[in-house]
Amino acid sequence: MMDIKSVYDIAGRAMAAQLVRLNTVASNLANAGSTTGDPKTTYKPLKPIFQTQYSDLVKKNGIATVDAIEVKELEREPIKSYMPSHPAANEAGYIFKAAVNVDEEMVDMMEASRQYQNNVEVVTTLRALTMRTLQIGK
Amino acid sequence: MNSIKDQLSFYGSALQLRGKRNSILASNIANAATPNYKARDISFEDQINKISRNGPITTTHNNHIVSNSNKSINNPSYREPLVASLDGNTVELAVEQMQFSENTMRYSTTVNFLNGKINKIMSAIRGE
Repeated sequence: MMDIKSVYDIAGRAMAAQLVRLNTVASNLANAGSTTGDPKTTYKPLKPIFQTQYSDLVKKNGIATVDAIEVKELEREPIKSYMPSHPAANEAGYIFKAAVNVDEEMVDMMEASRQYQNNVEVVTTLRALTMRTLQIGK
Repeated sequence: MNSIKDQLSFYGSALQLRGKRNSILASNIANAATPNYKARDISFEDQINKISRNGPITTTHNNHIVSNSNKSINNPSYREPLVASLDGNTVELAVEQMQFSENTMRYSTTVNFLNGKINKIMSAIRGE
């Protein structure tokens, strides 16, 4: 675990976590229409797990950032549909579509990008403040 | 020499506190989407009262080093959310953003005060 030394660590790692989330959204949307003939190999939507990382073990000083500790596959049943003419259909004539909920992914994407922007804003503001502090007495 | 330090040290403590509060608010904003994260904050007024009531640490020997005791602000309190959310997260972005912009504004105000003070001292030194 890396140390959290400054506000750049706090915001930077939070931005990295949001980027992981945006990547999973992109993967999910890209695979939204993918089909297979076997429900075991059908694409499953990916979701990141966020966890707060405190700068001290006893959580005393209130400084914390966030990491995407892992990316998990959602246990959703693939959507089964009867299409015997489909080249990927199994013997019974069924194909299996990835269970990606496009609306849900879009909402997730908007939230992640807003969070990312908030962190950028924090860094920009605090960098300007640091520059002003360095100019004290000039 | 000490009197100049006395003139400026209050602003120093104030800036340090504002900076600390900025990092806590940045942590809250960073964790706005983390389940079960509880938003935290410090009360600037309480902390600055604590610092100015205690005053500077007196030393009995020239080689004693005065440590800055206000660096360790422990146990910030937890924020009471306006509306509870299902995932146990108590960060409300609007609240945090308002607090953050207020705190940065007050930080730059303190920097302005400090600059004014330094200018005054400088003109007193120059005797202009």
